[in-house]
Amino acid sequence: MATSDIGDIQVAERALQHHFADMEQQRDTSSFGMWMFLLTEIMFFGGLFCAYLVYRASYYHAFVEGSQKMNITLGATNTAVLICSSLTMALGVRAAQMGKPKLMVILLLITIVFGFGFLGIKAVEYHEHWVNHEFPGPSFHFETGDPAHPATDPQHTEIYFSLYWAMTGLHALHMVIGIGLVAWLVIAGLMGAYTPHYYNPVENVGLYWHFVDLVWIYLFPMLYLISKKHGG
Amino acid sequence: MAEHKEETGSVGHIAPAKLYVAIWAILMALTLTTVLVSMVDIGPMNVVVALVIATIKGTLVVLFFMHLRYSPKLTMATVIAAMFWLFLLLSLTMTDYLTRAWSTSPGH
Amino acid sequence: MATAVQTVERENYLNSNYGIKSWLLTTDHKRIAVLYLISITAMFWLGGFFAMMIRLELLTPAGDLVSSDTYNKLFTMHGIIMVFFFLIPAVPAVIGNFVVPLMVGAKDMAFPRVNLLSWYLYMAGAITALTAMVTGGVDTGWTFYTPFSTTYSNTHVIGAAIGIFIAGFSSILTGLNFIVTIHRMRAPGLTWRRLPLFCWSNYAAAIIMVLGTPVIAITLLLVALERAFHIGIFDPRLGGDPILFQHLFWFYSHPAVYLMILPGMGVISEIVACFSRKRVFGYEFVALASIAIAVFGFLVWAHHMFVAGISVYAALVFSLLSYLVAIPSAVKVFNWTATMYKGSISYNTPMLYAFGFIGLFTVGGLTGIFLASLGIDVHVHDTYFVIAHFHYVMVGGGVMAYMAGLHFWWPKMTGKMYPEAWAKLSALLVFVGFNTTFFPQFILGYMGSPRRYHAYPPEFQVLNVLSTAGASILAVGYVLPMIYFLWSLRYGKDAGPNPWNATGLEWMTSSPPPTHNFDETPVVTWEAYDYEHQPQEEITVGH
Repeated sequence: MATSDIGDIQVAERALQHHFADMEQQRDTSSFGMWMFLLTEIMFFGGLFCAYLVYRASYYHAFVEGSQKMNITLGATNTAVLICSSLTMALGVRAAQMGKPKLMVILLLITIVFGFGFLGIKAVEYHEHWVNHEFPGPSFHFETGDPAHPATDPQHTEIYFSLYWAMTGLHALHMVIGIGLVAWLVIAGLMGAYTPHYYNPVENVGLYWHFVDLVWIYLFPMLYLISKKHGG
Repeated sequence: MAEHKEETGSVGHIAPAKLYVAIWAILMALTLTTVLVSMVDIGPMNVVVALVIATIKGTLVVLFFMHLRYSPKLTMATVIAAMFWLFLLLSLTMTDYLTRAWSTSPGH
Repeated sequence: MATAVQTVERENYLNSNYGIKSWLLTTDHKRIAVLYLISITAMFWLGGFFAMMIRLELLTPAGDLVSSDTYNKLFTMHGIIMVFFFLIPAVPAVIGNFVVPLMVGAKDMAFPRVNLLSWYLYMAGAITALTAMVTGGVDTGWTFYTPFSTTYSNTHVIGAAIGIFIAGFSSILTGLNFIVTIHRMRAPGLTWRRLPLFCWSNYAAAIIMVLGTPVIAITLLLVALERAFHIGIFDPRLGGDPILFQHLFWFYSHPAVYLMILPGMGVISEIVACFSRKRVFGYEFVALASIAIAVFGFLVWAHHMFVAGISVYAALVFSLLSYLVAIPSAVKVFNWTATMYKGSISYNTPMLYAFGFIGLFTVGGLTGIFLASLGIDVHVHDTYFVIAHFHYVMVGGGVMAYMAGLHFWWPKMTGKMYPEAWAKLSALLVFVGFNTTFFPQFILGYMGSPRRYHAYPPEFQVLNVLSTAGASILAVGYVLPMIYFLWSLRYGKDAGPNPWNATGLEWMTSSPPPTHNFDETPVVTWEAYDYEHQPQEEITVGH
């Protein structure tokens, strides 16, 4: 135990960058930096949330009609998949904290599987919308699918779909980046880079992953669950 | 640097695995709840319920999965700043959109 | 004078290693500041060239030098370059990068590699935007107003928008680095109440960078997407609302004006205290005023949109909120003058620029109150009055402060003194040239001359000629420092560690500083600007 502790501290010493006084300062600084970055991410998505709020307030019925086209089962499944991935991510960080690199690698690999699962389900949904001409632009064509209730305001439903694609697309891009980061942790973890004295990257990628989950937690009700009541 | 050696063993708070699993279970239950509630038409309350549930879920993720509960006050300040500025962006923009109709329809 | 000891060159950040790689891969905040200095200076000259073309065109009432299309591109490119690639990064990325870690007694910024990444992102953004300009230019104005930018303009909007998008991430990362550095890297004993005001104001500017910039990044991305895919978020033909673009744009771009001026205010605080040999009057108020300006700056954006079609009630709210900003700004101006009161003032070049700043910023700020008033704004909106107002703030304020800071810390950055007499002459030329250029534009605007036209009625010619003449003087005032700064690198007198006998940790290390800034971590036991206890030496280099 004592020798491995010294080994751990040596790994930590190597990881200490020259401009910090000690590991504690480095750890707190890197964590604060990550939180600041997530703050900028909130404002980045915030622009889209603002556009969503304005148009939803102005064209509520058009948004309801658009949201009827969402597959709630797939959306809810994806929400569950992301929550599961957050659990494995949190447990993975915990394994790193406790000095169990093998367990950490396994948990992170499961996280990656969940991540791909999310993207796969999202791709199925995207495909459905694409086939139904629910992609904004010249080829956009919207019908409620119910002859008794024709589309009341297809022009503004197109805005709903613009925001849907922009918001979920940006979110999916974050997922892809997140999977890449977790894969990097797996490789570094296999090479023994992390110890209970030095695991900042694991912690920070974990924060990022949970943040992406958090965004989806809001996107799901905003885009899928606007109202079950028919817009007409 | 030798005197710092003892201090390098700073380890962040380690939460019990059971806690994470419990949070996971609550999040899953809330997801189911929000889907089920959306099937029932309760008028404008639908959106309120959906957003309240999302906010509870988000708070749980931030507090426990992201360790905000065990983090320095500075981290808490960062989160509050983010929410405050997002609120500014949304609310001040809406001061325009929500009041546009007032001036064009004096009859109301 | 030069003893044998001094001729043996001490190792510093400039001579510790050589070669292009040691610069392009450096993580030293001081070298990154120099990289920024070079690239930002290049952008300043490019933006200045476009400005001269504009002024030459306006020498005569007829549109004879360039076509109206070219003129549109000229003022657009002038604005984009000067705002996004010069003013926003100028003081923080050059002077702040160099000085803030020294001021807080740190070895480097909190994230040195992120700092280098910021510079690369800046360069990538600049090259992307310049490519768009070289291959055809942009004519939307720097504001990219929709639906013109998304639908009608036939120019390279996407390229310019992507360039600004990339440069925005440079700004975000710089701001993040400042905030984390100031929180986490301060030397023992350097409490918030002992922090130099330049750090406070950079912190305030960094708040705007991290909270505002992401919003304009996503907005410009939406403009690019809308142009590419016709998705109709801002296009009224497709059901969108062009005013939403203005909301999102000004949510960042109004605070961005304060982002340009705040670090400059910090420079002025340092200089006024040093050359008055007094502690800054009401230190806490000046420090908190910076934060207040940053926060209030986010509450006022729609005063750019009074005639755009927003609701009159929203206009009323934003007009009232806009007056709030006057309070912390006035606190600063009053406290600077109170600092000078009964101080022993020396008239070195940085102080001359600081005088210029205080006067011109006051004019720019007060005319800002005119423009925030609903009634007056309707009258002078989109006239030269607006142009004059924001040039008084941005050039009279921002650029003056940048020049002041460059002269003040040049000895620290290079170890050499610039020639004081030439510098004083150029400071005078800048002041005279600036006022001759822009004061006539207040009158032009008041008389109703609209902005963004390449021709104008003949009765406006006298004032326009005056303005162009002033711009020529201003150009000379900016060329001179360029020459004598370069000259001083070789022939300047050695500065020594503290030529101004100033307080502050950056003056307690050698000039230029060693790579690790301090031989041992300083411990601070004194207040900021403790000039009462500073040895009362004459400032040795003043003439």
